[in-house]
Amino acid sequence: MTRRGGAVGRAALVLTAALLATPVVAVQPDEVLADPGLEARARAISREIRCPVCQGESIDESTAAISRDLRLIIRERVLAGDSDAEVTAFVVARYGEFVLFRPAPQGSNLILWAAGPLMLLAAVAVALASLRRRGAADVPLTEAETARLAELLDRKGGRPL
Amino acid sequence: MMVELGHFALILALCVAAVQVMLPLWGAQTGNRALMAVAEPAAMLQFALVGFAFAALVQAFMGSDFSLLVVVQNSHTLKPALYKFAGTWGNHEGSLLLWVLILALFGACAAAFGGNLPQALRARVLAVQGAVGVAFLLFLLLTSNPFVRLDIPPLEGGDLNPLLQDPGLAFHPPFLYLGYVGLSMAFSFAVAALIEGRVDAAWGRWVRPWTLAAWIFLTIGIAMGSWWAYYELGWGGFWFWDPVENASFMPWLFATALLHSAIVVEKRESLKAWSILLAIIAFGFSLIGTFIVRSGVLTSVHAFANDPERGVFILLILGVFMGGGLALFAWRAGALEAKGLFALASRESALVANNILLAVSALVVFVGTVWPLVAELAFGRKLSVGEPFFNAAFTPFMVALALLLPVGAMLGWKRAVGRPLRALIPVAVLAVSVAALAYALQTGRSALGPLGLGLGLWVVLGAGVDLWARTGRDAVAVRLGRLARLPRADFGKAVAHGGFGITLFAVAALMAWKTEDIRVVQVGDIFTLGSYAVTLMDVAEVQGPNYTSQMASFKVSDGSGFEAVLRPEKRFYPVQGMQTTEAAIQFGVMRDLYLVIGDPQASGGWAVRSYIKPFANWLWGGCLLMALGGFLSLSDRRFRVAAGARRVAGVPAE
Repeated sequence: MTRRGGAVGRAALVLTAALLATPVVAVQPDEVLADPGLEARARAISREIRCPVCQGESIDESTAAISRDLRLIIRERVLAGDSDAEVTAFVVARYGEFVLFRPAPQGSNLILWAAGPLMLLAAVAVALASLRRRGAADVPLTEAETARLAELLDRKGGRPL
Repeated sequence: MMVELGHFALILALCVAAVQVMLPLWGAQTGNRALMAVAEPAAMLQFALVGFAFAALVQAFMGSDFSLLVVVQNSHTLKPALYKFAGTWGNHEGSLLLWVLILALFGACAAAFGGNLPQALRARVLAVQGAVGVAFLLFLLLTSNPFVRLDIPPLEGGDLNPLLQDPGLAFHPPFLYLGYVGLSMAFSFAVAALIEGRVDAAWGRWVRPWTLAAWIFLTIGIAMGSWWAYYELGWGGFWFWDPVENASFMPWLFATALLHSAIVVEKRESLKAWSILLAIIAFGFSLIGTFIVRSGVLTSVHAFANDPERGVFILLILGVFMGGGLALFAWRAGALEAKGLFALASRESALVANNILLAVSALVVFVGTVWPLVAELAFGRKLSVGEPFFNAAFTPFMVALALLLPVGAMLGWKRAVGRPLRALIPVAVLAVSVAALAYALQTGRSALGPLGLGLGLWVVLGAGVDLWARTGRDAVAVRLGRLARLPRADFGKAVAHGGFGITLFAVAALMAWKTEDIRVVQVGDIFTLGSYAVTLMDVAEVQGPNYTSQMASFKVSDGSGFEAVLRPEKRFYPVQGMQTTEAAIQFGVMRDLYLVIGDPQASGGWAVRSYIKPFANWLWGGCLLMALGGFLSLSDRRFRVAAGARRVAGVPAE
């Protein structure tokens, strides 16, 4: 849960006037594009872009001013006919890969993307190996046990179990 | 005075916890019954002392005692009483005291209800539980003491973050903590068993109720948090893959795996070492979660005021318990030989697959959560990992789990034959055709919705078929009679699995089929939202106890005579200088109507966001069913009646 320290709380009081100007919902009506297809694309792109000044919000959810600017830039690029990848590249070129919520699978990020499948393969391999080992360890009965088994089977009238 | 007594009680609790570790452990090693018997009263006393300290802090919050630093920073006289009370744990120090209280509660419960455990095992379990208590009481007293007084008390406090001023605060954290602190019991049982060097079917039967109880609370706690986010944050999101959410989700995934592997230990005496390891890891991830929430290494909307010193201390605790547990495991696991053999096609194998999927998916969440940290430290890259990554990387595991579940649940133990599975064929056909139909009916949308629908049906109906198959193969009337007499655990299994299917479906439906509308609306305007007509009737200023609010009134109606008035608000909390949105939601079985009022526009009128959220309630309903299933299993008489019977060594289980 978020908690502000006393000092921050007081600073926030000072900033009240500024905060009052902050919109309370993210995507504002005046940002929405007339073409629903283009708007849907812009929304999908902005859901993958992180607000540079917030804590883990996408620009689609964020109420920060910079997020609004970014949303407007994205819509501008979409209107200009850029593809989704081009729009994203445009934003990343200016704000760095920090704003990407889905890190590009390049370089060291390959570890991130490969982690799941590799761990799954490793886990399955270990499980199968131990299953097989356990199967091999299926020890034969000792002589005493064989005799006892025969005795029990006899008592039951020789019916197989 | 109460404050000082509370402080003193905490210090005494620390001393008692230290005794609770040393004497019983020593007694169990040397076979000294008197020393072992110290464990129960010590656990009870520790709980009583921490409980007293907690009551003292609650009293300070309720009475707005501004001589306490933590009250000054987090409370205000005008705050409604409920939030004064719940505000006790709406901050780092208070919530940590709640953590310690619940830890002591579980110790006391083990002391009270552990009468059927062998004395040495009970003494060791309580000693390990006491050791965790020592660590956290030290942490509390040395770095996060809630009982710090101020020399000059101010007249008024800084108030609680407005987002937390919600009934959710009263319930969500306690349930969550009951869940992930509860996993400490599984850890204590695991470590005690390792010290003892013996794990058998009885151990599986003893550890399962505790894990199950913790899991039930964790399920409810997570669901409540998700529900809270849904109505409070103003855009109807329910899960954000935020580091702190992940921190609670990873222990849940491991606990779910542990629940299932403990069944194999109990019934077949297999997977012993693995279950022990899971118990250690599950609680380890609770500690990692605590570290994530309270150290500030990962930024999150949930993070408490952070302090590197605290982070280092938790890391130390994590190192001692995880490191110690794993080292003990490495040393003793060899002694835990498996007894039950099983074929590749068997219930055991299916549960191994369940465990692999759950554990690996939890590790995927872990890797994604810490990747920004690793990338920055190791590769100098500043990057983010968020929802789109998790949706892509995590979802396949849940799909695989759902596909496997009904089949695995019906396979026989040891060496399965295919015949019982034939009952699932109609379910599969139905699920696939309904999904295909849904795909054909919706135009131009993703396959997510139909996939969720098909999977949900497969899991829910599969759970039903499984339950029905348990009644044998006689006339329907005979089978109905048997159904009523099935053990509660069978119903628990079916209900929990059904709940999982429902949640799966609801998540997919909510993500794939929601309708959203953003527009400027003048007072008196009517607009359409799906099949509904929405009218903005007026917007009024309303004065709340510690906030001012702009409250809009919307009338929503459809052609068939449905009518409702919704009042979303935009609140301003002057003390913290913060605005919040209070969405208005009209709950329905098939959909929620979700309205949010935004800012007044320069051109006149108001920004309005409105949504239709299909099957939203099913999501939390499914979670509650999962918890209910757990509760049904927990109430099964076998946990009460047979729990004490440890089988004579050498006789194979079942």
